[in-house]
Amino acid sequence: MNVPQNLLYSKDHEWVKVEGNKVTIGITDFAQNQLGDVVFVDTPAPQTEYKAGDALCSVESVKAVSDVYAPVSGMVVDVNEELAGAPQSINEDPYGKGWIASMEMTSKDTDLKALLDAAGYTKLLAEEA
Amino acid sequence: MEGKKTPLYDVHVAAGGRIVEFGGWLLPVQYKAGIIAEHKAVRTAAGLFDVSHMGEIWAEGPEALAFLQQLLTNDFTDLADGQTRYSPMCYLDGGTVDDLLVYKFANGRYLIVVNAANIDKDWDWMQKTAAAFKVKLTNASAATAQVALQGPKALKILQKLTTAPAAGLGYYHFLPEGEVAGIKCIISRTGYTGEDGFEIYCDAGKAVALWQAIMAAGKDEGLLPTGLGCRDTLRFECCMPLYGHELSEKITPLMAGLGMFVKLDKKAFNGHDPLVAQKAKGLPQRVMGIELIGRGVARHGFPVKADGKVIGSVTTGSPAPTLGKNMALALIDTAYAKIGNKVAIDIRGKDVEAVIVKKPFYKRAQ
Repeated sequence: MNVPQNLLYSKDHEWVKVEGNKVTIGITDFAQNQLGDVVFVDTPAPQTEYKAGDALCSVESVKAVSDVYAPVSGMVVDVNEELAGAPQSINEDPYGKGWIASMEMTSKDTDLKALLDAAGYTKLLAEEA
Repeated sequence: MEGKKTPLYDVHVAAGGRIVEFGGWLLPVQYKAGIIAEHKAVRTAAGLFDVSHMGEIWAEGPEALAFLQQLLTNDFTDLADGQTRYSPMCYLDGGTVDDLLVYKFANGRYLIVVNAANIDKDWDWMQKTAAAFKVKLTNASAATAQVALQGPKALKILQKLTTAPAAGLGYYHFLPEGEVAGIKCIISRTGYTGEDGFEIYCDAGKAVALWQAIMAAGKDEGLLPTGLGCRDTLRFECCMPLYGHELSEKITPLMAGLGMFVKLDKKAFNGHDPLVAQKAKGLPQRVMGIELIGRGVARHGFPVKADGKVIGSVTTGSPAPTLGKNMALALIDTAYAKIGNKVAIDIRGKDVEAVIVKKPFYKRAQ
């Protein structure tokens, strides 16, 4: 499984890329592989506030529906509109073209501490396997 | 995960099959290629399915035909040796026990192939009906393996492995004493995908050798091992019913749109009178095809709405990979069951626009 070093991870298999006060969010390589072919992404509404742990949106494969949880608290500032026409980007490029949304954090210090680094997430995957 | 293993279980694991529990069996929902790639392989080249979980029950004896005529809604009096016929099997109240295939080997000798999850209840139900006839039932499910080679390249692949006259075999006909890759088997031109193809039955102990021979023969033809996931999306595009979804104890074959397999002019069969009455009175609900216009994927059990009320529920919902659309089959109140009618599907609390369309969603070019 691909677990890039420069990202943070939630226990629910979301990845988080931090740039200042802004984060970009997607689901991990492990998560997309577990789901199988993604056929539909119900992206969150921009300018909506979420608390860390809230259901942000859902990702559906042929056979399964999986909720994506907000890994941090804050406002959704951008969503990946390309996923409407190309949901398979989540399978093909989960850390790139498959990004789901970006958020402006409201409680950066506490929220980021609760996330795992690449080593911690790799360990989590080993335990779940 | 708990469940029974088919003789091919280890082969699936080695091939990267993702194992799930289905009807009490551990089977691959997909392999490495994924459901959509596997689906497309069956539509354009070929796929090989392990369907060894299916149940095989022999009905033998001088009154085997009379037994089948009583047990099943279809008519078997004109079934020829080497011919296969589909039928629903009903309870006395017209609700559906299962749907199945009947193979005629000879007068007084038939093989009945049933759904895996229903083997035990089917067996009990058949025994009850059989008590009034000179017929002996034998459950051969455990000793029998079955693989389904499906897709436009299926014949070409099979011909590399057999001298049996497979090309001349008509749809819903079978060769009782075929040989594939040197293995004795029943070769049946049937399937559950809407494509040309074969269902091949052999002794459980020969299943691995048969599987590997077919995979090797199909290597240059685009053959993929294919799992339960695409088995469902393939049958769904063709609107073939799946027991527990479009058919159930509460959904009669008439409601499922299978009237052509219910011969009400037969004098008697299990469920005859209630089905005649249901037809005369008018069906309360019917299984209809639906295309989603709004965004979202319908799933089994989601409510279908019109005029601000619930008028039915989704029996199967999924993307239809060949169409590139999200489709559904749904049991809908007859008053609303008209092609072209606008409905909404309640997808986790959100009403998504949809329209009733013709079945099947996909039909192969002849």
